[in-house]
Amino acid sequence: MERKPFAITLDPTSSLANHTGNWRTMRPIYLDHLPPCNQGCPAGENIQGWLYEAEEGKYEEAWRKIMEENPFPAIHGRVCYHPCETVCNRGQLDEAVSIHSVERFLGDHAIEQGWQIEAGKATGKRVLIIGAGPSGLSAAYHLSRMGHAVTIYEAGPKLGGMMRFGIPQYRLPRNIVDAEIARIEAMGVSIHMNRKVENLEMAIKEGIFNAVFLAIGAHLSKRVDIPSPDTGRIVDALGLLKGMEGKEVPKIGRRVVVYGGGDTAIDAARTAKRLGAEETLLIYRRDREHMPAHDSEVKEALEEGVLTRWLSMIRQVDENVITVEEMKLDEKGYPQPTGRMETLEADTVILAVGQEVDTRFLQDVPGLEISTDGVIQVDDTMMTGRLGVFAGGDMVPAERSVTVATGHGKKAARHIDAYLQGFHYAKPPSNSVAIFDRLNTWYYTDADQSHQPYLDLARRRASFEEVVGGLDASTALLEARRCLSCGNCFECDTCYGVCPDNAIIKLGSGKRYEINLEYCKGCGMCAEECPSGAIDMIKEIR
Amino acid sequence: MSYQRIKFYQTGTFTVGNRLLEEGERTVQAQKDRTNSLNSGHRACQGCGEALGARYALDAVMRATHNQLVAVNATGCLEVFSSPYPESAWQIPWLHSVFGNAPAVASGVAAALRAKGKTDIRVVAQGGDGATVDIGFGCLSGMFERNDDVLYICYDNEAYMNTGVQRSGATPARAWTNTTQAVGTEPGNPMNVGKNLPRIAMAHGIPLVATASVADLHDLETKVTKAMSIRGARYIHIHVPCPLGWKSDPAETIKVARLAVESGLFPLFEAEGGVVTDRTPIRKQVPVEQYLVLQGRFEHLFSPRDEQALAAIQAMADRNIHLYALLPTEPAMGT
Repeated sequence: MERKPFAITLDPTSSLANHTGNWRTMRPIYLDHLPPCNQGCPAGENIQGWLYEAEEGKYEEAWRKIMEENPFPAIHGRVCYHPCETVCNRGQLDEAVSIHSVERFLGDHAIEQGWQIEAGKATGKRVLIIGAGPSGLSAAYHLSRMGHAVTIYEAGPKLGGMMRFGIPQYRLPRNIVDAEIARIEAMGVSIHMNRKVENLEMAIKEGIFNAVFLAIGAHLSKRVDIPSPDTGRIVDALGLLKGMEGKEVPKIGRRVVVYGGGDTAIDAARTAKRLGAEETLLIYRRDREHMPAHDSEVKEALEEGVLTRWLSMIRQVDENVITVEEMKLDEKGYPQPTGRMETLEADTVILAVGQEVDTRFLQDVPGLEISTDGVIQVDDTMMTGRLGVFAGGDMVPAERSVTVATGHGKKAARHIDAYLQGFHYAKPPSNSVAIFDRLNTWYYTDADQSHQPYLDLARRRASFEEVVGGLDASTALLEARRCLSCGNCFECDTCYGVCPDNAIIKLGSGKRYEINLEYCKGCGMCAEECPSGAIDMIKEIR
Repeated sequence: MSYQRIKFYQTGTFTVGNRLLEEGERTVQAQKDRTNSLNSGHRACQGCGEALGARYALDAVMRATHNQLVAVNATGCLEVFSSPYPESAWQIPWLHSVFGNAPAVASGVAAALRAKGKTDIRVVAQGGDGATVDIGFGCLSGMFERNDDVLYICYDNEAYMNTGVQRSGATPARAWTNTTQAVGTEPGNPMNVGKNLPRIAMAHGIPLVATASVADLHDLETKVTKAMSIRGARYIHIHVPCPLGWKSDPAETIKVARLAVESGLFPLFEAEGGVVTDRTPIRKQVPVEQYLVLQGRFEHLFSPRDEQALAAIQAMADRNIHLYALLPTEPAMGT
């Protein structure tokens, strides 16, 4: 018989023999919840995902993650109205993460570094895209990545659509537009400028295209009937903005009135100011609160000295004077006339009262449906009533912005790809949203938003230089690191540390963690303490 | 607070680790190769604060001593749940003493090591608040006054939990235990009783006395590491919530501990030679109610509300905040 120490009858063993996992009634699981920013992005970017890369200074990885969804980071970092920041959970803690400024930094950095995206393996399928604005170019980019041969017909002499002919240079320098479009051209997209399509069916037949994406935008200015003996004093805002891209700078009067309350009206007013108008007055029939223009734009216009007159309608335009009627808002917020008239001095009136789609070339396409308000009807795959013809951007019913259009381009590309391969693309279901209450904010340190530099006012009033500057590398890094990583593990080791049972296995950098269910008692401390709310407790299945 | 908090980087040094920080700025607990002094399979309840506190402290000691450690453990929960014969959850040299004599046994171990010339091997004695404040207090005081080369760690869960939640000298005012029932005109543990062991330890003038909490890992590890850099008698008092005895949600163990610190009821400080030399300021001050309401042992203070008791407990927290200058703006009192 083996000799054992005094009073010992059993060999000592490790507690590992005791599988405490069988005490468990709930178990923790790691989930990637949908961060509000990702949910709010019209272009469908994985913002939390690319911020995660940027936090470590992995700028190329971050940029490539954006490029999976959006080919224009440098443009969006400037002109997107960043609905992601409006819903950012950090806004409830101190200030939202300045997502757009980090995106802009990454976009500009990529241009400097000359990073490029390659086209996919050729599929032999041919797709025609009509219009080279944000949605057309975005679709071309994504379809090229999928390996389809893309041809673009553009009616105008330059690429970019509203990114070039709508948004002024002081908000979006043209070298940025050129650089991001050049990347798409370099992927092998065949681009034909000054090529206006008159007959769609003929164009499809001649080019032997397997699918079409319509993306001509909405660039017919709406008119309003204002009695005027001399209509030469009335110009439309889009015409003015487009004229800025020509060889000769448009001529403008001394006292300019801009009529409208959208972003285009603001762009026109700020452009008129820069063209040397002594006085630029914005007239809108409702008040600032009801203006569709984005607040940051209005603020910048006011800073630059644009004057405003709310609750007014232009009733008559005469030589050097206009007559306006004061309005009041009813309970529903609609303007109602008051009968009180006033005359104002003005030698130019710029109309910015909305845009329409030029649908003339689509009138005879069988099955294609144009609604009464002049936009093209599409189903949830962005296909029109004509098989194989898809449409997106400003010409379909949706909010009109560069980001929405870019998102349409991606969405259409996915459905066109599926259509070409004979299946239906189903968007994978989204995870539940990582709402603020999921976070354990105690762990986050206070950090105010980094602010972008602004051009000084004197230069803003007189030149078309870019108004808002970019962040430098160290500030962009700091800003990226303000991300709370809502709903997604960012490897802070807190779960690994707080488990009283050592039941969390740290897999190492980039590999996250695993629950050791042999020993996890299901106390829930990991889920409770997780700063980003990336762990859920679910009922144990027996 | 003897370490510099790092801000920004999402969470700075508030989380256990942080991939954006240098390895050295992360905790011992963030390391893949930490000792896990107390291994999986131990029989502590779900969400046990003591099991967590013991691993936090001993892993830090192991790191600080290059794994040259002998631990002596008094009777109590920690001993019972970690060593049901023949199993042991300890991955370090570990001795079990009886309830009352852990400090004396540890003094003996230290003397033996000294006699054998093995002064690189360090000694830690540990026990719950019952073993420390009540039953082993005589031995502990002796260990202090002789300045024996032992770090004594008390895991304070504020009652005798192992035997079924009986009151100890560390049970807080108005808390329910099985021996201080929520009955009568002043239900729960009476006001103005019990002992403040960190202050008693300070009165011995020993080289280091510190308090710590499972809610602040960086602070805890810094204090333990500092303790191991010093010879002589040292005392660390760690606040460890007990979901069973406090009738709190096992998932909220750290949250409860954090609120004890943030309300000022459990001050985090350090004293050298009997003088308070440092304190960890409160980050976001909360009223004591937020701490009390999470625990069933204080339920009688809320149904109906016992304003007098709540005010008295708040006054205790306020007194700590003043005494230890726990708000960042307040200058420290020279205690």
